[in-house]
Amino acid sequence: MSSKVTLMDYGMCNLLSVARAFEHCGADVEMTEDPGVAVRAEKLVVPGVGAFRDSIDEVEKRGFGDAIRRFVDAGRPLLGICVGMQMLFETSEEFGDHPGLGVFAGRVAAIPRVNTDGVLQRVPHIGWNHLMAPETGRSWRGSILDGFEGTHPAFYFVHSYSAVPADPAVRLADVFYGGHRICAAVQRENVMATQFHPERSGELGLSLVRQFISL
Amino acid sequence: MSPIRLIARLDIKGPNLIKGVHLEGLRVVGDPREFARRYYEAGVDELIYMDVVASLYGRNSLHEIVRRTAHDVFVPLTVGGGLRSVDDVKEILRAGADKVAINTAAVARPELITDVSHRFGSQAMVLSIEAKQVAVSKWEAYTDNGRERTGLDVLEWVRRGVELGAGEVLVTSVDREGTRRGFDLDLIRRVSQAVSVPVIASGGMGSIEDLVAAVHEGCADAVAMADVLHYQRMSLGEIRQAALAAGLPVRKIEP
Repeated sequence: MSSKVTLMDYGMCNLLSVARAFEHCGADVEMTEDPGVAVRAEKLVVPGVGAFRDSIDEVEKRGFGDAIRRFVDAGRPLLGICVGMQMLFETSEEFGDHPGLGVFAGRVAAIPRVNTDGVLQRVPHIGWNHLMAPETGRSWRGSILDGFEGTHPAFYFVHSYSAVPADPAVRLADVFYGGHRICAAVQRENVMATQFHPERSGELGLSLVRQFISL
Repeated sequence: MSPIRLIARLDIKGPNLIKGVHLEGLRVVGDPREFARRYYEAGVDELIYMDVVASLYGRNSLHEIVRRTAHDVFVPLTVGGGLRSVDDVKEILRAGADKVAINTAAVARPELITDVSHRFGSQAMVLSIEAKQVAVSKWEAYTDNGRERTGLDVLEWVRRGVELGAGEVLVTSVDREGTRRGFDLDLIRRVSQAVSVPVIASGGMGSIEDLVAAVHEGCADAVAMADVLHYQRMSLGEIRQAALAAGLPVRKIEP
């Protein structure tokens, strides 16, 4: 088991905070702008913040799209964060329909502007929110949330859109926002992704980072 | 309702954490990084660093402090003061900030709000407003720590700022700032009602009752605190426990 983690650098600004969190947790961090390096990584992190379209455009322009798909096919651990999670889906409705990487079936949709009582709610969803099991009741044991079973750990979110997986079985955790169930994390074997920011979620976030490093 | 965020606001002058009253009469409190680290360990939800003399000199000098803070603090950090261009913003984000708070430069050149939100996402663009009451339910926006008038009506300005792309609003009552007399609830409520993005209430927190009122009556999504924390009048743990006891939805540290 190696602690080497490769961060994909496609020009996003929060790269350093992600790198710093992984270093703090003992990872040997490598940042790369080279898709060839990414595809050969032992563990790959796809960070993200901001708008889906700008992010996916940069990813595709730099040749990271194919690199991610090939990396996933090879079965090694991948972690997508925030927009890095959203890009793994098939399409996003942000700024009109925009194709994603299609690693997970499903789309990325706007957070509802009104809560379940029909009252206007704040968007973006900014702040800490408590995770819960998805409707399938899937256990967190053996997942990136291993160790949190039976609890509702809070992580930091900042987003206006969220993934809607076509296959409920990939949903790992949800949060409630304005009464709506929102997908907070997905995992299918070694491909995992969080809508929240583990690198900005204090000690609980760091424990998730350690979990990924130890895979 | 999403959990209410408890934010520590650190006003910084040169290398020092400072605190004033009505944003004036600044006194040195200590080393900002030490305080930030302490608040992180106590479970703060977010931090705000404000370079209070930056606008005067036309530049933000917090890069080094931000860089060192980001080294061992893993909660979101907003940085404001003297940021004038997309390049300034880029530099401070690269140093480790997650968001920027912009006041003076946005008043001078409102399109900066759009430029920053397009380049870095609206979630990184916090519109900072310093409000002074001028009549019943009427406030004027100020810049340079409450020194310079803008002639802008706060409620009109905040609506425009959000239309231009601000993803969050930090509203500071200059009248209440540093007084521990409670938030300007009328101001906070009207700003909250004027926009659909999250609003951070700042200026006047002195007690748990003030916090509860800011949320229940002011409809704030987050509360910035300075004096009560810096002078250890209350600890973050006490504030969080008391807020929960008062029925306020704040993050539970023990899940």
